[in-house]
Amino acid sequence: MIPAPFEYVRASSAEEAVSLLADHGDDAKLLAGGMSLLPLMKLRLAVPSVLVDVGRVRDLSYVRDAGDHVAIGALTRHRELETSELLAAECGVLRSVAAEVGDNQVRHRGTIGGSVAHGDPASDLPAVLLALDAMFVIRGPGGTEREIAAGDFFRGFLETALAPTELLTELRVPKTPGSGFSYQKFNRRAQDWAIVGAVAVRSNGAPRVALVNMGATPLRARGVEDALASGASVADAAQAAAEGTEPPSDLNATPEFREHLARVLVRRALEAAQAEA
Amino acid sequence: MMPAMQITATVNGIAQEHDVEPRLLLVQYLREVVGLTGTKVGCDTSSCGACTVLVDGESVKSCTMLAVQADGSEITTIEGLARGGEMHPVQAAFQEHHGLQCGFCTAGMVMATVSLLDELPDPTEADVRLGLEGNLCRCTGYHNIVQAVLAAAGSAR
Repeated sequence: MIPAPFEYVRASSAEEAVSLLADHGDDAKLLAGGMSLLPLMKLRLAVPSVLVDVGRVRDLSYVRDAGDHVAIGALTRHRELETSELLAAECGVLRSVAAEVGDNQVRHRGTIGGSVAHGDPASDLPAVLLALDAMFVIRGPGGTEREIAAGDFFRGFLETALAPTELLTELRVPKTPGSGFSYQKFNRRAQDWAIVGAVAVRSNGAPRVALVNMGATPLRARGVEDALASGASVADAAQAAAEGTEPPSDLNATPEFREHLARVLVRRALEAAQAEA
Repeated sequence: MMPAMQITATVNGIAQEHDVEPRLLLVQYLREVVGLTGTKVGCDTSSCGACTVLVDGESVKSCTMLAVQADGSEITTIEGLARGGEMHPVQAAFQEHHGLQCGFCTAGMVMATVSLLDELPDPTEADVRLGLEGNLCRCTGYHNIVQAVLAAAGSAR
């Protein structure tokens, strides 16, 4: 399978990428690692007329200590997250889940910013960033910069708050050293997308819980969080896992089965996070 | 057709320079432009790993990468592993332990293994099975493949 023809331009900096996006308008698409975009282009489900390749903007690839949070460059590859000692110490859940994205080959190319900007509710990392209340930094035309909370970023299926002229540059992840966490990913084959996933993080205060592939966007399991905050047991709180979700129906699972999975996986994630804390 | 773009790459130690269409996939570049057909196209959807090659030392699925993205890179394919008629230790281990049945996945399995052992020189059996999750063997010959990878890790020590 071969993608439809497109014009290919390469950006050497964030500024240049934003200016190329402005030049080429709505039909331009950013290419980072290409692990999500290229399969869609091969199936001709995405037919951008211009690809702006930001894969070589290496100054957007870093994991840095920024005081109360860890700053991650949008073009940092999953492999770099997976092997980051800083993340292991300050935000173990993100390091651990990065190691579960796709397979080795995918993690060598795929980037955290690409995964987030793609906005696929079945992706692993967006739900983790949502659970951690991460902030995203976005560069726009003329060098403008804005910050947006993960909770406001994911708008719909493959739809985010990013305008066609904007570039995601950095992810700011609050530190959660020593927290208990667990990611429960249910799938049929090791390298597959999650049919449903649940992440739980326990760090000073009430546990935070988020869901993968239970709606058009990654979701916080607010019903579970509220139940725990008002003293419910883990088993009882987990019963609220499917509240407010609209799980998809596909050849892997019906919505009802996904709701069942969410309740079971949230309970397991909370129990595992508790045991680890 | 979009204007061709000139790319350079070192493939198995040999400098290459070609004009390619931006949409040309790396696997097509290697097979059809450079003429190295050891790299296979299996599923063509980045699931099976038959097209695995090394780009700057790391395993990638060459059906899910554009040739233009590999511009300036050092690429190693299955043809580039043997040295002076001597098989690479991973190839030798696959032969010794019969880590193949029909052979279609083998080039990708071997390349994924070279990258895996570079990152994790002393893997457990579980590490090997997880480390090769991106490579499918439809003959289901996994048992001997895992034995071959463990043997290759041992012989490198």
